[in-house]
Amino acid sequence: MSTNPPVAATMHHKAPLLKRLPVISHFNKSVGLQRGMLVVGLVLTGTFLLTAIFAPLLAPYGYAQLSDADGSFPTQQPPGGKHLLGTTVGGYDVLSRVIWGSQTAILVIVVAVVLSIFAGVILGLVSGYLGGWLDRVLVVVADAIYAFPSLLVAIVMAIVISGGESSLFGGVLAAAISITVVFIPQYFRVIRAETIRLKAEPFVESAKVVGASSVRIMGRHIYRNATRTLPLIFTLNASEAILTLAGLGFLGFGIEPSSAAEWGFDLNKALADTTSGIWWTGVFPGLAIVWTVLGLTLVGESINDLNDPRLRGRKRAGNKGGPDSTAAAQAAISADVRSS
Amino acid sequence: MTTLIEAPPSDADGLLPTKKKKSGGGLGQYILIRFLLIFPTIFILVTMVFFLMRITGDPITAAMGGRLPPDQLQQRIHDAGYDRPLPVQYFEYLGQLVTGNFGTTLSDNRQVTEMLATYGAATLELTVNALIVALLVGIPFGMIAAHRRDHAPDAVLRVFAILCYATPVFFAGLLLKLTFAVWLGWLPVAGRAKTSSELALTGLQAPSGIYWLDALRSGNMAALGDVMAHAVLPAVALGLLTAGIFLRLVRTNLIGTLGRDYIEAGRSRGVSEFRLVTKHAYKPALIPIITVMGLQIAVMLGGAVLTEKTFEWKGLGFQLANYLTARDFVAVQGIVVLLAVIVAITNFIVDIVAALIDPRVRY
Repeated sequence: MSTNPPVAATMHHKAPLLKRLPVISHFNKSVGLQRGMLVVGLVLTGTFLLTAIFAPLLAPYGYAQLSDADGSFPTQQPPGGKHLLGTTVGGYDVLSRVIWGSQTAILVIVVAVVLSIFAGVILGLVSGYLGGWLDRVLVVVADAIYAFPSLLVAIVMAIVISGGESSLFGGVLAAAISITVVFIPQYFRVIRAETIRLKAEPFVESAKVVGASSVRIMGRHIYRNATRTLPLIFTLNASEAILTLAGLGFLGFGIEPSSAAEWGFDLNKALADTTSGIWWTGVFPGLAIVWTVLGLTLVGESINDLNDPRLRGRKRAGNKGGPDSTAAAQAAISADVRSS
Repeated sequence: MTTLIEAPPSDADGLLPTKKKKSGGGLGQYILIRFLLIFPTIFILVTMVFFLMRITGDPITAAMGGRLPPDQLQQRIHDAGYDRPLPVQYFEYLGQLVTGNFGTTLSDNRQVTEMLATYGAATLELTVNALIVALLVGIPFGMIAAHRRDHAPDAVLRVFAILCYATPVFFAGLLLKLTFAVWLGWLPVAGRAKTSSELALTGLQAPSGIYWLDALRSGNMAALGDVMAHAVLPAVALGLLTAGIFLRLVRTNLIGTLGRDYIEAGRSRGVSEFRLVTKHAYKPALIPIITVMGLQIAVMLGGAVLTEKTFEWKGLGFQLANYLTARDFVAVQGIVVLLAVIVAITNFIVDIVAALIDPRVRY
C-alpha cells in the first residue's frame, strides 16, 4: 500500500520512456482480440525482420548458387534431404531463395517508403500552406495518379527507370521508385489536408506575427503537428509495397535471379511448374509474401484501432458489462463508420 | 487497403455543407461537371505517360536495340519519326488520340484499338465475374460479421478479410490451380475455353466476345458448360481480392446502421434479428459500397493483368504482360492509356449511379 502513491504520481506525470515507445504503449493499451491481432502481427513481422537481417547465417546456400562441393544441384527436386524445400527448374535451392528474398523485400520497402514520405510530406506542406495555382495543379495531378491502377503506374515507372533491365541495385531502386510514385499522392493528400487545417490555428498566426519565414513555419510549426498519422500509413504502405514489388516481379520486372532473390519473380518462374504438379517452387515464395504482408497489415490495423480511443477495446472492470459497455460500443461504432 | 476505403468523401451525417437545390437542376449540373472532369484527368495521365516513356529514349531502341546494326536502327527511328523534337511528337500523339488512334504495336504491327475490340471483351468478362464473386462473398459474410460482432464468426471473418488482402492475386490463382485443376482435376488449368468450343463460339455471327453470352445465344450447351468451368478459378482468384474489402465495408456500415434509432424501434416492436439485418439495415449500408466499387475498378483492372497472366486468360492484361516481356513499349503505352480512359469513364458512371441513389452526394 505504501508504495502506491509515488507510483501513481509518476504515472500521472510521465510514464517511463520504455512504456511510451510506440508499439509497447499500444500493446499495453490493447485487450482481447485486439491484443491477439497485434501480437500475431508483431511475431510475423519480427520473424520477417530477423530473417532479413540474418539471411547470410540462415540460408544454407547463396541465392544464385547452383552447385556445392558435391557437384551441381539437381533440378526440380522435391523437398527433403539436402534441399529442405526442394530446388527450382533452374537448380536454385528454394529455401535459400525464400530467405534471401526477405532482404530484397526489406530494401525495397525502406527505400520506397522513405522516398515517398520525403516527397509526399514536402509537396503536401508546400501545397497546403502556399495554396494558389500550384496547389490546384498538384491536387489534380495527385488525384489522377490516385485513380489510376497502381500496378500500371509502377509498370510505367519501371520502364522509365530501368527500361525493364534489372541489375541488383538498379532493380531494387527501380522497384522502390516505382512504388514511391504510387504512394506520393497518399502522403500528399494526408499532409495537405492537415496543413490546411493547421494553417488557421492561432500558433501559426502568432509565428507569422513574430516574423517567422514561410519555410520555418512549414518546417517547424506545421510539420511537427501534421505528421502524427505517418507511422500508421507507413505500416500499411509497407505491406502494399511488398505486393507491388511482387506484382512487378511476377510480370517479369523483377530482379534477375543471379543478382538477388525476389519472391514475385520466383512465382513467375514457378507458374509453368504447377501444371506438372510441382508445387514447392511456387508455394513457398508465395507463403513468404502472405506471411510478410499479413504481419505488417495486422500491426498497422491494430495501431490504427488503438490510436483511436473510440475504437479501442476497453478493459472490463469486474463483471459490469451492462449499459456502460453498450455506450462504449456505440461510440466505437460511430467512429468506425466515420473512418470508412 | 484502408486508404482505399477511406477515400470517398463520406457524408453519412450530412455534416458537409450541401447546397439545397431543386433536385432536377442539381443532378443535371452535377453530371455535367463530373463529365467535364473526365477530360483533365485523362489529359494529365496521357501527358505524364507520354513524357515519362520518352525520357528514357525511343521505343525502337528499347525493342530492337542490340538486334539490329546501328545504321538500320537509326533508319527505323527516323522513319517512325522518333528523332523529331519531343513537343512535335507530343502534339502529333495527342492529335492521334483525339481521332481514336492509340498507336501501332512494334512487335506485331497491330492497332491498339483493334486489340481492345479483340481482347476487351475477355477482360470485361473476367472483371464482371470477379465482381459477382466479390459481392456474393463480401456482402453475406459482412452481414454475418456485423450481426455476430466481437464473437467467433466475426473474428474468423475479419482474419479471412485480411488474408484476402494479404494474398497476391497470382499466388491465390496458383494455389487454386494446383488444388482444383492439377490435384483434384475438377476444373481446367488455364485458358478461356477448350479449342473446340472456342472455334464454335468465334465462328458465330457477330460474336460479342463474351463467351458465356455467345454460348447462350447459340444454344450451345456443351460450350456453355465448358466456358463456365474455365471461368470459375480466375473469377474466384480475382474476386477474393475485392471480397475482403467489401466484407469489411459491409461490416462497419451495417454495425453503424444497426445502432440507429429506427432499428431499435423495429427491435422493440418485435421484428426478428434476421429480418432487421436482411431487410431494414442492409440497404443504407450498401450505399458506400457503390462508391468504393468505383475505386475498386482500378484495383481490379490491375489485378486482372496479373490474373490473366496466371490463367493465360487472353484479355488486355495478358497482352500487356506479353508486350512487357517483348519490350514493346508502344503497345504498353497504348494499352496503359486505354485502361486510363476506361478507368476514368467507369469512375464517372459510378459517381452518377451513386448520385442517383443517394441525393446527398450531389453537391
